[in-house]
Amino acid sequence: MQRNPYLPLPMKLVKNFTETEDKLIHTFTFEYLSEEDEKSFPYMPGQFAEICVFGKGEAPFGIASSPTEPGHLKFSVAKVGVVSTALHMMEEGTIVGMRGPLGNYYPLEQMKGKNVVIIGGGFAFTTLRSLATYMLKPEHRGDYGNLTVIYGARNPGLLLYKEELAEWDKRSDIDLVCTIDRPVEGWSGRVGFIPNVTKEVSPSSDNAVAIICGPPVMIKFTMPVLEECGFKPEQVIMSLENRMKCGIGMCGRCNVGSKYVCKDGPVFTRAELNQLPNEY
Amino acid sequence: MIISKSAISGLLDKLIAEYQVYAPVKEGAYSLFKQIKSGSEADFSNKNSKIPPKGILFPQSEKLFSYSVTPEGARVDECVDSAQKVIFGVRPCDAKSLLLLDNVFKNDKYEDPYYLTRRANTILVGMGCNDPAATCFCTSMNTGPFDSTGMDLLLVDTGDNYVVEAVSDKGRELAAKLGLAAAGDADNAAAAKVKEAAEVACQVTTEGLKAKLDGNFYDEIWDRVHEKCLGCGSCTYSCPTCHCFDIVDDAVDCNGCRIRNWDSCMYPLFTLHGSGHNPRTGGKERMRQRVMHKFKYFVDNFNATACVGCGRCIKNCPVNLDIREVLADILGSEARDK
Repeated sequence: MQRNPYLPLPMKLVKNFTETEDKLIHTFTFEYLSEEDEKSFPYMPGQFAEICVFGKGEAPFGIASSPTEPGHLKFSVAKVGVVSTALHMMEEGTIVGMRGPLGNYYPLEQMKGKNVVIIGGGFAFTTLRSLATYMLKPEHRGDYGNLTVIYGARNPGLLLYKEELAEWDKRSDIDLVCTIDRPVEGWSGRVGFIPNVTKEVSPSSDNAVAIICGPPVMIKFTMPVLEECGFKPEQVIMSLENRMKCGIGMCGRCNVGSKYVCKDGPVFTRAELNQLPNEY
Repeated sequence: MIISKSAISGLLDKLIAEYQVYAPVKEGAYSLFKQIKSGSEADFSNKNSKIPPKGILFPQSEKLFSYSVTPEGARVDECVDSAQKVIFGVRPCDAKSLLLLDNVFKNDKYEDPYYLTRRANTILVGMGCNDPAATCFCTSMNTGPFDSTGMDLLLVDTGDNYVVEAVSDKGRELAAKLGLAAAGDADNAAAAKVKEAAEVACQVTTEGLKAKLDGNFYDEIWDRVHEKCLGCGSCTYSCPTCHCFDIVDDAVDCNGCRIRNWDSCMYPLFTLHGSGHNPRTGGKERMRQRVMHKFKYFVDNFNATACVGCGRCIKNCPVNLDIREVLADILGSEARDK
């Protein structure tokens, strides 16, 4: 029989970093306890893991680090429930359990040779960070065409990974467009909601894929803009979230129609989602 | 082969010496599958158990592993149960349900070692149904009162005896081990007669059901069929094919264990996101999920309906919500008696 998929891999929390000004999102860095452990966790951008706080339980989170960054795993987590609250309060050095990698990943093979447009809103930028970091790695960058990243938050203090965004902004092999909802003193970037900014940027759909993650309302109003830009449903890739427990397609709660978000997703094309009931 | 009814208790004692034996045990007005320590505890007078025997392989609550956390790491000890078991007196519907559950616990990517290990180490001794209950509709769900699919042995009650049919190699081995006597022609004829006489009165039309469900997710019928449902979850807890579960921790300081418990799609918390968003906001969405899962999604994924017609959800529902009527309503036809 296969490895028991319920058993967690012990990992050590080495950094508990307050990511946003409102302090509601922390970024956690976990280190493997051995090289062997690291080998047992081969992941790709877009996958998630169940983080277990011993004594509190498990919850699923998208992996924010990229496989091109060895030695550790990174997650950005909002404080909303029992497990995430326990994580937020956790001392560095604490042992947690990690179960994964789970789910499918962004179709990096099929994306080769294409222009890539990444659109993210709020703290749904985590696996998108993983994806962009992966693609920006020198040995991968040549596999893809133009890389455009449109990323918005309510205000500058809520943007994730601010230092990295500043780095990306200096590079010539990525077009980064950051936006905030309302003007703030000292902000030199764009102002406006993601759908409007996407319209202004008007990314070409020619030989392109768009990958979009964000709150439902952002998705709802950005879709028509992408359509106007000529993106067909097959060219739009999304990542779903649903309440999960097992992460392996058995506990029965994360399904959308006959697909399980945990096992068959979380990454779906819009064309695939159009075939499923609107229940997510 | 044949077993005299008076020899059953002794035969069970013989099995108990070697296996964990589970059989129906009388509990007030109904019966439940329990592990028996003596053959005399078994009672086959009830038509079927209140709760299906699936819990022997997939317990209502089970420890997945225990752990002990130190500053350097964590020790995890898995609790896979590999005891040899016999489930004695399992009805055809419940035997069939295990074949359906096999699909869930071994999917295209993952294997559940807890269920699969128990399953591999369990022998199913089936018992046919001479007199199906009024709530039974197994013949409409691809099984029947003497369907031996999924069993290792099938017992047919011929009055004073059980005529035993060997279904699988595992069953043949067990029969040989028990030294069961061969059945005479008259016994076999009696068994055939019993089988022929058994009648499942209720027929549910399933023709066109899948096609209908493929296209009626947004239909107004879902506004209607859930109305009297209280969302108590009795149907899911008493269903032999329901498999949804929750996973929780139980710990004191650094030592604890991870436990899984049966859960139910009929509860709002089942799908509630941390953000407060809930993709299935009300009774309508949850009832639709239950029906769709059994009669469409399961068919899409495994080419089989996740219902065996045992009728427990009908019997246990506090407001008499009848799945047969729901299906008939969906198809726009009446459930009918033969």
